[in-house]
Amino acid sequence: MTYALWIIITGCLVGVTCGVTGSLLVLRKMSMIADAISHTVLLGIVGAFFVSQSLNGIPMLIGAGIVGILTAFFVESLHASGVQSDAAIGVVFTSLFALGVVLISFIGDQVHLDTKHALMGEIAFVPWDTLQVNGVSYGPIAVWMLGSVLILNILLIWLFYKEIKISTFDPQYAKIIGVPIVFVHYLLMTMVSLSTVASFDSVGAILVVAMLIVPGATAYLLTDRFFTLLLISALIGILSAISGYGIAYVWNVSIAGAMASAAGVFFLLAIFLSPKHGYIIRKVRNSRYS
Amino acid sequence: MSAFLDIFSGANVQWVLIGSLLLGFASGVIGSFVLLKKQSLISDAMAHAALPGVCIMYIIFEIKSVPLFLVGATITSLIATHSIQAIIKHSRVKSDAAIGIIISVFFGFGIVLLTYIQQNSSGNQAGLDSFIFGQAASLVRSDVELITIGAFILVIITALFFKEFKLTTFDPQFAQGIGLPVSFLNGLLLALVVGVVVIGIQMVGVVLIAALLITPPLAARYWTENLGVMAILGGIFGALSGASGAILSTVMENLPTGPMMVLSASTIFFLSLLFGSKKGIALKAVRQV
Repeated sequence: MTYALWIIITGCLVGVTCGVTGSLLVLRKMSMIADAISHTVLLGIVGAFFVSQSLNGIPMLIGAGIVGILTAFFVESLHASGVQSDAAIGVVFTSLFALGVVLISFIGDQVHLDTKHALMGEIAFVPWDTLQVNGVSYGPIAVWMLGSVLILNILLIWLFYKEIKISTFDPQYAKIIGVPIVFVHYLLMTMVSLSTVASFDSVGAILVVAMLIVPGATAYLLTDRFFTLLLISALIGILSAISGYGIAYVWNVSIAGAMASAAGVFFLLAIFLSPKHGYIIRKVRNSRYS
Repeated sequence: MSAFLDIFSGANVQWVLIGSLLLGFASGVIGSFVLLKKQSLISDAMAHAALPGVCIMYIIFEIKSVPLFLVGATITSLIATHSIQAIIKHSRVKSDAAIGIIISVFFGFGIVLLTYIQQNSSGNQAGLDSFIFGQAASLVRSDVELITIGAFILVIITALFFKEFKLTTFDPQFAQGIGLPVSFLNGLLLALVVGVVVIGIQMVGVVLIAALLITPPLAARYWTENLGVMAILGGIFGALSGASGAILSTVMENLPTGPMMVLSASTIFFLSLLFGSKKGIALKAVRQV
């Protein structure tokens, strides 16, 4: 039972960490940057492995952080030089991801890092990879990593709440009153990179992208308030993780894939049934006024 | 050197080479229009969405048949694009989030189906994994023939409708005004993209096939401002990336084909970014001096 519990806790932590951070990106119309970063951190992880010869948490976080920020920086520079933003994102993330995948094949069988792992993660192994201090086990490393990144993210959002909120909804005004927009931008990119890498090892790139974008977009359909949106995103992240685990358990399929699919179902429900912006309520309203 | 040449004398390798050349050419040409219509990331979503289609076909028919897989991939790719358009049209969710949702959810569902197949089917399901990153080495003769013929047809169709595509890309209003069937042409372009995706997934894989549609045409932009030249140059860059990726991954065993093709394309893009004769960085620097 504790085995399943640890997996569900890990999934929920991924849901909350990515859901909250990602909803900021959805509001800023930067979802595809999230998609890009969650692919390119693979290069950071592989790079960190080549430098440190291990898959330890700290070098991995640093490597992924660097590559994540580089991704955002490359996309920005290409965009500034006149390349349309969708193509800039497409070129940067496919190049860096391909490089990561090719470098992985040079590592060979030395470590549990391969291309399949990079996409699908190995959440089923999370409970066995525990933090050991003086022979005492303190629970899975992944949970510790995700927990610390989550606390860091919440701390950063709390500290810069006003700046993030203003620069998200009214960048022009934010600029006039002197909010450091560029700083907020790269702050968010750092948060995304850290959330991604903390989640990446256990759930893989697919679920990271899904958890970054889908809960935020779902919450966006359900509320107009910034703070409520963050809360609902976290809640949808948790619900997706729990129901995804249920699906995976019953049919014996990929846990990460099932959690991503579950998030998709919640989005689908919100798009039709949202009391504020749902398809059905819109139809009803339109027919009433026409 | 002779060992290197020996590799090319194998009949299968020659076919792979021809297939990857044509596939790269078709994707470069078609990608030029996709790029100018700002649909690059939508093509990425279509590629990712091909995975569940392939798996569903395997679950229903329980055989590994490439034509059946292609039908499945076509259906789910089209569902994906229509879902993206429907989300943008009927909800307040913006296009970038809509694309991201479709990519991750369809691909996640594809992985669910893939693991379902691995758990439950008794038959020979090995090789379905290779749809993710592509594996040229695992292609058999008939697969490569399919890729070659498919790519050839795609290039011919693009050539036939070249003028119409050009008009609808640059000036949809005008095209509509002179009586061109704009929505048909948009649909046709979509179908061509699906075509590239489905014939390319075996070789390049669903995760990175979009790069072959995006990167070569973008590299071509640094050398020309003329759409015709850009499309052909994009095709040539695509063909170069496809062929060199296929060769490199065949020569050095463990290397996955798709990522090698993408890295070749990225290298061409990087060189174009630096030295391109229209907008290259070196040129700008020289002009400033």
